[in-house]
Amino acid sequence: MNSISRRKFLKITGFTVGAATASTALGPIVKGAKKLEEKSIKGIKKIPTYCDICFWKCGAIAYVKDGILWKIEGNPDDPLSRGRLCPRGTGGIGAHFDPDRLRAPLIRTRKRGEEVWREVTWDEALDFIANKMKKIKEIYGPESVASFSHGIGGNFIKHMLKAYGAVNFAAPSFAQCRGPRDVGFELTFGENVGSPERTDIENTKCLVLIGSHLGENMHNSQVQEFAHAIENDATIIVVDPRFSIAASKAKYYLPIKPGTDIALLLAWMNVIVSEKLYDENYVRKYGFGFEQFSVEISQYTPEWAYPETGIKPDLIRITAREMAKNKPATIIHPGRHATWYGDDTQRSRAIALLNALLGSWGRKGGFFFPVSYSLPPYPYPPYPTPTKEKLDNPNNKYPFASEEITNGIREATITGKPYPIKGWFVYATNLIHALPNEEETIKAIQNLDLLVVIDVIPSEIAGWADVVLPETVYLERYDELHTSAFKEPFVGIRQPVVDPPADQKPNWWIAKKLAEKLGLGQYFPWNHIEEYLDYRLKAAGLSLEELKQKGIIKGQKQPIYIEEGIEPEFATPSGKIEFYSTQLLQAGFDPVPRYKRPQEPPAGYYRLLFGRAPVHSFSRTQSNPILMDMMDENEVWINYDIAQKWGIKTGQYIRLKNQDGIVSNKIKVKATERIRPDCVYLVHGFGHNSKMLKRAYQKGASDSQLITKYEIDPIMGGTGMNVNFVTFELEV
Amino acid sequence: MLQEITTTRHNPHIDPFVHVWGWEIPIYLFLGGMVAGMMIISGYFLFSKRYKDTTCSCFTIPLIGVAFLSIGMFALFLDLEHKFYFWRLYTTFRISSPMSWGAWILVLVYPVIIVNFLINPPEIIVRRFPKLNLITSYINEHPKLIQNIGITNMLIGSALGIYTGILLSTMGARPLWNSSMLAVLFLVSGLSTAAAFVHMISKSQYEKELLAKADNGFLVIELFVIMLFLIGLSTSSAVHMNAARLLITGEYAPQFWTFVIGTGIILPLIIQLLAVNKKIKHNPIAPILVIIGGLILRFIIVYAGQYSHYINAHFK
Amino acid sequence: MARYGMVIDTKKCVGCMDCVVACKTENNVPEGYNRDWIVQVANGKFPYINLEIQSQRCNHCDNTPCVSCCPTGASHVHEIGKVVLVDHEVCIGCKACIAACPYDARFIHPDGYADKCTFCIHRVEKGELPACVSVCPTHCMYFGDLDDPNSEVSKLLASRKYHVLLPEAGTSPRIFYLI
Ligand code: SF4
Ligand code: SF4
Ligand code: SF4
Repeated sequence: MNSISRRKFLKITGFTVGAATASTALGPIVKGAKKLEEKSIKGIKKIPTYCDICFWKCGAIAYVKDGILWKIEGNPDDPLSRGRLCPRGTGGIGAHFDPDRLRAPLIRTRKRGEEVWREVTWDEALDFIANKMKKIKEIYGPESVASFSHGIGGNFIKHMLKAYGAVNFAAPSFAQCRGPRDVGFELTFGENVGSPERTDIENTKCLVLIGSHLGENMHNSQVQEFAHAIENDATIIVVDPRFSIAASKAKYYLPIKPGTDIALLLAWMNVIVSEKLYDENYVRKYGFGFEQFSVEISQYTPEWAYPETGIKPDLIRITAREMAKNKPATIIHPGRHATWYGDDTQRSRAIALLNALLGSWGRKGGFFFPVSYSLPPYPYPPYPTPTKEKLDNPNNKYPFASEEITNGIREATITGKPYPIKGWFVYATNLIHALPNEEETIKAIQNLDLLVVIDVIPSEIAGWADVVLPETVYLERYDELHTSAFKEPFVGIRQPVVDPPADQKPNWWIAKKLAEKLGLGQYFPWNHIEEYLDYRLKAAGLSLEELKQKGIIKGQKQPIYIEEGIEPEFATPSGKIEFYSTQLLQAGFDPVPRYKRPQEPPAGYYRLLFGRAPVHSFSRTQSNPILMDMMDENEVWINYDIAQKWGIKTGQYIRLKNQDGIVSNKIKVKATERIRPDCVYLVHGFGHNSKMLKRAYQKGASDSQLITKYEIDPIMGGTGMNVNFVTFELEV
Repeated sequence: MLQEITTTRHNPHIDPFVHVWGWEIPIYLFLGGMVAGMMIISGYFLFSKRYKDTTCSCFTIPLIGVAFLSIGMFALFLDLEHKFYFWRLYTTFRISSPMSWGAWILVLVYPVIIVNFLINPPEIIVRRFPKLNLITSYINEHPKLIQNIGITNMLIGSALGIYTGILLSTMGARPLWNSSMLAVLFLVSGLSTAAAFVHMISKSQYEKELLAKADNGFLVIELFVIMLFLIGLSTSSAVHMNAARLLITGEYAPQFWTFVIGTGIILPLIIQLLAVNKKIKHNPIAPILVIIGGLILRFIIVYAGQYSHYINAHFK
Repeated sequence: MARYGMVIDTKKCVGCMDCVVACKTENNVPEGYNRDWIVQVANGKFPYINLEIQSQRCNHCDNTPCVSCCPTGASHVHEIGKVVLVDHEVCIGCKACIAACPYDARFIHPDGYADKCTFCIHRVEKGELPACVSVCPTHCMYFGDLDDPNSEVSKLLASRKYHVLLPEAGTSPRIFYLI
């Protein structure tokens, strides 16, 4: 939080408060908004849509008062938002009013990265791109254009690129985020936990959070269910080097030494197996290789884990028994951002196995079987057959990667092997902050003939682009229909609520126009996205009109638990839950997870940890005036005793320097008892250096900048990023 | 560490501590207090029929008083955030609001001072408005009336002086102000600054002497009142102790001890004692110090008072 | 006649500031100003910490120093629910109410009047909940009539432990924090 510590301020007499901000009231910003058609101006209009401030896609209802966007609330019919948005969603209207938004297409006029541009028409920008793309196709083949994207908005762009012949599509959400978790669960259950996660926190009796900081991490439905669990007196166990908000709700807080989670998980499983606390029927019925597993696990006693994790054997036993007592309504939460130490797939597998022991996969209060609304796809012509393969994972180097690896494409762009990559399309993801080691990203960019960035704000990656295309924000556009798998099937719609303030265009329009310029018009046979949506809805017996009215249409409730009669299937080689993974063994990995001791920080250095704030999404919301008003810079959490040793006080600015000598922007200190002495913590997403982000420019520090080192997960290619160490520079 | 408290509130002039009243209010309270003192002094001389020997106090001061009061009220006006609604003050009387009382007392102050002034208006003004002579001669024909004007001046002056303190002391939220001694303190300080002012500008040696003696008395009383004020706070709850500490040893102690107690009371007291005892000549240094001391007293009380706080006290 | 109050369950609140954001958009609170805010109070030594999170705002006190010191009557107790309000058209911006509030709940709006939480009276009059209460993803805030023994708020106060802020200030605040 960008909080004021009064203790500190008391000492600064005559401190002038931020009175200067007084005049920039929300009012004047609102005035900048373009009004809807004159006729409809008076009165309040409610228009349902779904949120895009993060990927959760909560159903929402936007209010337009006298033609000006007023507020946005949750859609009570939506199974995700349940009528309540998270703070980012509630502040989402700020995205529309953001004065730093991209307004017109830009073409670079000077060297890459110098951020000197020429405003051009859409026609000129798209012609420019189409010509370059044609040239790349001619010389290198269409496979040499790659795409990075985040969120549902990228779908039409990807469709256009597939029509063009591209094959390399990646999203940082895999190799920089949830990849290892998904692979770990796939290796165990044959299925991953999906997004939104299939955790039935609402009905759980025991919730174990490992580094997952619900409440600071605001995935809406999960937080709502988390509060529900608290109200139900569920046992909450939190494992975190930092006393998170979730930790303050916990019955048991385990202040673990960073990087030792696998040791704790093994010890927990040891207790549960040796004390025969697991769900015997479940394990017998669905489990594979339990015998080998239990032999392997027998060595990992709590006493063994104690010196590794710093968690007392007693506490390990008590918490293990607590989990077992509440089985199968116990969730060991798989987390989401899981790329920590490079052995993350194994950690996620250990989490999956612990859940499996307790029989919570498929059970009420555990992991439900999600259901989704099935909508037939639009009948497009088939895509051209590629002549080259994807290059993100050459020779299957990371044998269990189940999605494309961003850093694999980056690597290939740098080396030109196995074939050169000459064009990047970057949609709504700030690669500079999303990928570890900024320098490598910039190096790759230098090899490109074309870098197109499509976004709503001028993020750092836009600064490196050849062409920047300004997209409308979610409140101004249609998008693909939303049919996430969750507790009940539903279809949600995103539709324009207000007009864009300038010459921004929606992604579907950009994709269609570019396709036409590329001579690929046949892949966009509809004139307007409404036709596309209408077609798909009609095919499912629904109507666009009705959906536009309601925002959400729900399907029939369906069983989602084993208790409700579902017979689980496991898409693993054995068709069962793999306590012992032969496929891992065959690929040369541990069939049962093993613990590897993490590297210790050198003297005077502290492990750099990062996480989320409830009012920001990644590095994408720091120009939103409402959300920045909530939190306009991040703080570095330093253990109070360590801070004292350094003579650092709360509120003071310092710089962080990492093991490779990279120095951060200046950042405010939070000296606190709420973190271990061997690590520091900051919220991800700050420390912007894009000059076009006026509000966010150089506010706080960027963890990404300090993550020059990363540990690749050999199983799936994820980049473990909690392996960097920082020290403090007091001169700022 | 015992306690970490963080707040996300960041309201201008409220956080990290309240500072809604800038220089305007202390100026207003200071001038109000001084005018109150002036009214009491001149009222007293009128009442005790000594106005022939104290012409400055009785006839020059009211004119200056009107000017000072107007400056003070202008300062108050400047402080208002919704300035052009100020007339709302006079569409109602809120019995529970010292500020409302003050607004109405000010309305009474003007006629009372003006009547006082009309007992003996200066030549230039009479020449301009010859009609005034009628009133002046009427008043002068009725000595009882003059005495009554004196009494009214003393009463309204006391009301004004006390009000300047009450305005603050009723603010329960600010522990430093939570003392009824504040009303007495501002009244006495008003008297001492007013006496100092007359002492400074009077041309009559007799009047100078008289006011210097009176001032010494006021300063001694003021010292006692300050002592009682601080003792009172220091023996109250923790938040009040913390508030008192702000002046005694805390953030505002240097200014308080130097300008209010040192050069505002003790030093002029010594100078004036010497002068009264004919060891040195009367000079304007002492009264100027007293006046500055009175002004700084208002600043410190207003600023430190806003700073003193129930919540802040928990953060110490 | 009703006497509105809020009961906030600190056990559920995660300090996400959704209540703050919702208040901002609902009431068009200017940038840089807060009608409500989050206070975190942490006690103890790592790892033995107790953390209480409070969503704070004007307490709509039963004893209102802010109203009694107001010279114009702009600050007043509304007939509906005894909600403490400021009439923008009457307020002269003298700031006495700000100095009088022990919670520092008020501020001067850039337009020149004293402003603060209104319990979203404009919503409440239409039968809706205050914006902060209705947005909270943890459902940790409850709003209702403290004088009605059957209201949700009264029942919670009867069954749970709670505290108020600065009871020693003598204002009888009407926001209760469940612990
Ligand atoms: S969780 Fe929040 S930001 Fe994400 S979609 Fe939902 S309301 Fe929007
Ligand atoms: S919205 Fe709810 S959970 Fe979030 S800070 Fe406010 S009261 Fe707490
Ligand atoms: S919290 Fe402050 S502003 Fe609100 S009613 Fe109480 S005293 Fe008045």
